Amino acid sequence: MAAELHVALVAADREVWSGQATLVVARTTSGDIGVMPGHQPLLGVLESGPVTIRTSEGGTVVAAVHGGFISFADDKLSLLAEVAELSDEIDVQRAEQELERAKAEDDAEAQRRADVRLRAATAAR
Amino acid sequence: MGAQLRVYKRRIRSVSATKKITKAMEMIAASRVVKAQRKVAASTPYATELTRAVTAVATGSNTKHPLTTEAENPTRAAVLLLTSDRGLAGAFNSNAIKAAEKLTAQLEAEGKEVVNYIVGRRGVAHYNFRERKIAESFTGFTDDPSYADAKKVAAPLIEAIETEMAEGGVDELHIVYTEFVSMMTQTAKEARLLPLSLDEVAAEAAPKGEILPLFDFEPSAEDVLDALLPRYVESRIYNALLQSAASKHAATRRAMKSATDNAGELIETLTRLANQARQAEITQEISEIVGGASALADATAGSDR
Repeated sequence: MAAELHVALVAADREVWSGQATLVVARTTSGDIGVMPGHQPLLGVLESGPVTIRTSEGGTVVAAVHGGFISFADDKLSLLAEVAELSDEIDVQRAEQELERAKAEDDAEAQRRADVRLRAATAAR
Repeated sequence: MGAQLRVYKRRIRSVSATKKITKAMEMIAASRVVKAQRKVAASTPYATELTRAVTAVATGSNTKHPLTTEAENPTRAAVLLLTSDRGLAGAFNSNAIKAAEKLTAQLEAEGKEVVNYIVGRRGVAHYNFRERKIAESFTGFTDDPSYADAKKVAAPLIEAIETEMAEGGVDELHIVYTEFVSMMTQTAKEARLLPLSLDEVAAEAAPKGEILPLFDFEPSAEDVLDALLPRYVESRIYNALLQSAASKHAATRRAMKSATDNAGELIETLTRLANQARQAEITQEISEIVGGASALADATAGSDR
């Protein structure tokens, strides 16, 4: 059996996803980082961006994460985010509308949020 | 119907209406307690993971941060008081306010100037009535606080801590909230939130002397700590808000339960009094009829001879 790591993706007010995985790719402030079982203990600051989790059953879970941390030790990986959404929870239409509105209002923050959501939703397909 | 009886009947009707209302409020509060407790439970994984991460940085590096350094002689302290927007919760708000007053007195005795931050309309009203200064107040979300609300509360506090003393910053941050112990017990509690003692956090995260691995920090230990500590404070405030909300609902439930019980008792007493009044009326009527009849009989007995 291939080595696995236990992943917990938690938002401030709930646990979004948890389970076994073989690879997790997340975006830290200094670039994308991939974590596989046996990685060196790591604690990093996350950028807003999609997080890709390859589960041990061979599936892929994509989530939009807005700021937070990644911490890995003892084959346990935690992704802490203030706000996190799984790709299938994302309402693409609403995110598109939000992106339009953010562009119109020149709200960089909202634009980035909507953009991350859309990217996560499309990456899952 | 006699006047007295009518008065009793009217009072019984009004008390039963009140009882119906308090009963409904009790039931609403009971369901809200459960919801609030579930929210506390849902926020626990994030808080635990965050505590672990803070411990990891604290033990893995000797980084200094404004949020963890003790001032040499603290002169100003912020007190964050959590109350509710609405009353009808027994002694819930007055207990929290009393705890805050005690803390304020203690801090002032230590020679510190106290800056007040207040959550909840009740606390704001209390301080306004006494014409005390409030640095900032937050209202409108105490029944069902969200993480965004906690962020809103934490932002000015963190800013105040990071500001230099001379420019009006504060050295310490204390928080007064109501801890949810159980459905029956809620205690007002005060805790020093900042400066954060990293040793305490470490003791909380790994009580059994668990050894944490040496972490690789991305991008650097300072940057991680910089990003981590404000989140940690926010998460602690969020937890306090949730506990206060749960406590408030539990206190409301209890207050409404005793109101309902009292109304029931009152109705019983009033019913007894009404029965008595009714019986008295009947007795009086009978004696009037009997008296009248015998008077009539005496009169006729005298006239026909």
